[in-house]
Amino acid sequence: MRHDLILRVIAKLLIPFILLFALYVQFHGDFGPGGGFQAGVILAAAVIFYALIYGLADARKVVPEPLVESMMAIGVLIYGGVGVAGLLLGGNFLDYFVLDHDSVHGQHRGIFWVEVGVATTVSGVMLKIFYMFAARGNADDE
Amino acid sequence: MNTTMTLGGHFTYFVTIFLMVAGLFIVIARGNLIKKLIGLGIFQTSVYLLYIAPGKLVGGTAPILSDAFTVYSSPLPHVLILTAIVVGVATLALGLALTVRIREAYDSIEEDEILNMDAVPSRQEQA
Amino acid sequence: MSLAQHLPALQVVIPLLAAPLTVLLRHRTLAFAVALLASWTAFAISITLWLQVDASGTISYAIGNWPPPWGIEYRVDPLSSFMLVLVSGMASVVLPYCRSSIEDEVPQQQHYLFYTMFVLCLTGLLGISITGDAFNIFVFLEISSLATYVLIALGRDRRALVASYQYLIMGTIGATFIVIGIGLLYLMTGTLNIADMGQRLAAVQGTRPVLAALAFLTVGISLKLALFPLHQWLPNAYTYAPSAVSAFLAATATKVAVYVLLRFYFSVFGQSQVFGQLPMQEAMLLLALAGMFAASATAIFQSDLKRLFAYSSVGQIGYIILGLSFDSVSGLTATILHLFNHGITKGAIFMLLGLVALVMGGTSLSRVQGLGKRMPLTSFGMVICGLSLIGVPGTAGFISKWYLLLAALEQGQWWLVFLILLSSLLAVAYVWRFVEAAYFREPRQDVDANATVPWSMGVPTALLVAATVYFGLSTGFTVGSASQAATFLMGAR
Repeated sequence: MRHDLILRVIAKLLIPFILLFALYVQFHGDFGPGGGFQAGVILAAAVIFYALIYGLADARKVVPEPLVESMMAIGVLIYGGVGVAGLLLGGNFLDYFVLDHDSVHGQHRGIFWVEVGVATTVSGVMLKIFYMFAARGNADDE
Repeated sequence: MNTTMTLGGHFTYFVTIFLMVAGLFIVIARGNLIKKLIGLGIFQTSVYLLYIAPGKLVGGTAPILSDAFTVYSSPLPHVLILTAIVVGVATLALGLALTVRIREAYDSIEEDEILNMDAVPSRQEQA
Repeated sequence: MSLAQHLPALQVVIPLLAAPLTVLLRHRTLAFAVALLASWTAFAISITLWLQVDASGTISYAIGNWPPPWGIEYRVDPLSSFMLVLVSGMASVVLPYCRSSIEDEVPQQQHYLFYTMFVLCLTGLLGISITGDAFNIFVFLEISSLATYVLIALGRDRRALVASYQYLIMGTIGATFIVIGIGLLYLMTGTLNIADMGQRLAAVQGTRPVLAALAFLTVGISLKLALFPLHQWLPNAYTYAPSAVSAFLAATATKVAVYVLLRFYFSVFGQSQVFGQLPMQEAMLLLALAGMFAASATAIFQSDLKRLFAYSSVGQIGYIILGLSFDSVSGLTATILHLFNHGITKGAIFMLLGLVALVMGGTSLSRVQGLGKRMPLTSFGMVICGLSLIGVPGTAGFISKWYLLLAALEQGQWWLVFLILLSSLLAVAYVWRFVEAAYFREPRQDVDANATVPWSMGVPTALLVAATVYFGLSTGFTVGSASQAATFLMGAR
């Protein structure tokens, strides 16, 4: 697919918008459909799209494997970290009320960081799954 | 008149049951490993419908606080089903990974062929 | 911040956070150290929680400080605390064993992932035991199940992959049935909190959705529990998984499923609805007896020891459900007691079989010929655990069989007493198959004469075998906890 001009140009034009849309979905999760999981999948879809057009090797250069594996773990740690932060600030586990000077802002902050953690893990997992399946058998030699 | 009204009102439940039974049938009746996973996916989809359809209240709006509305649809089923969807995705990914490994080990993804290949060594094992 | 009040949350959070840490620390010894630390800490927390519950009653912890029933609640009552001790205890004993056991069963670069999956499985099982929210049970159930499928697939034999796939299909169907049941209950009561659900169900008892929910939940949990005839996944899964994984799963996975059944039957539906209005007693009695006899009989004809003891597990689960079918405090005590006693016995057996596989190169009956001469301590351990499966006085298995017989006698069911004793004879038959091969045959010539058992594998195994004898002689903890839990469950409604 590398040799198909139309696909390459369209991909180059679209991928930034897909990434932007992923960020939009991420941050508007509490006002409309969206949130961490959906954003993570869209983010991964953008990278997979890139891999389909430009080849797995190029995608691996842009988003290397160790990064992907760490993303999975770091997302869970962020989520757990928010929970533990609630513990350290005097509340229960995953207590958002104590995270800021008043409850509403605390809820905002808690939800924000938890969704960041979820998006990181989900995009990491989706990319890892894609890399592993795509690398199996004959390598993509385009 | 009464039966058609009940049928109409329970439409989502009929669809749920149909998907549930169709999914289960595919899992049990088809020998191809990937078809089984697809059946499992259809079966899980019926559960999503079971939760979400009753969540929409008649006359209810989206669950975002506003002064103009008093009746809101319940957001809880949506959250539960998001979790269930993620679980379903993880299960599907794991099932497909296992299928790929089985294909590499057995050269086949038909259940009866695999069981045949397994049955022969176990008789030799008793030697 | 006083740590003590947050123990219920930390019980689950510490193994949960250990999992991504093991992924980041790719080095296998560091990953092992983190996993070991997490499970030993979890064990210490579970013992502390048990002591707290014993002293002052049920502990309730609100996650996120949202009061129940609006938020998710972690509820530690006598039954949960007992399960927590069992699960974390087994993990703490099996993890040191894992280190050498997976050396030749799992490729080296995947060792750190093995520990990740193990710790995630532990998280899931602990979460199921401690949560007081019905949907939370499903989430943790799936966490532990998915980790289990991965762990089983890591076995050496290629049949481990097929066994894991089969377990995945059946386990997911079971979990989906459970979620359908929970969904129907949620639709009828409007809440997901177990205690609240139990109270609200009183108003809608006997309606069709509630009965359907009971049916779906029973079938779904029975799939996870390996109740006959839904046990098809168990023999393959236990046989082809790595030995450490078989040991951990045999001791915890099905037992936690029994816990879920007890939790739903007694805390949500209530004894009167489940046993009073429906023929649940008869159904369970039949299935339990069928499992006991069919599975034990099948065990006798197996040629591989792991498969033999896997079928024995299905039979022993029959005993557990038999105690439940009596619908009495002593029956329930026998059930909860056998959860623990069978857990440690089967865990010990599979760990011993792992030692056998290491030294003799396999676990088929032809390979273990002459085991008595080659590995005398291991054979002795197997005999002790075999006696516990049969129910000989002095072992843990006897205590649970005793309470089972007491429960049967209490209801005047002499024929049941006879059947229980008859099935113990079947257990004698399949244990005798091992004894005959180990002690009355000569060792094979092609066995490696210099293979020895490493300390890290021998000590945990010896510990579990000693526990099998200890809990057969000193029953204060087990019987006390079980009867307290049974009275608590029965007294609830």
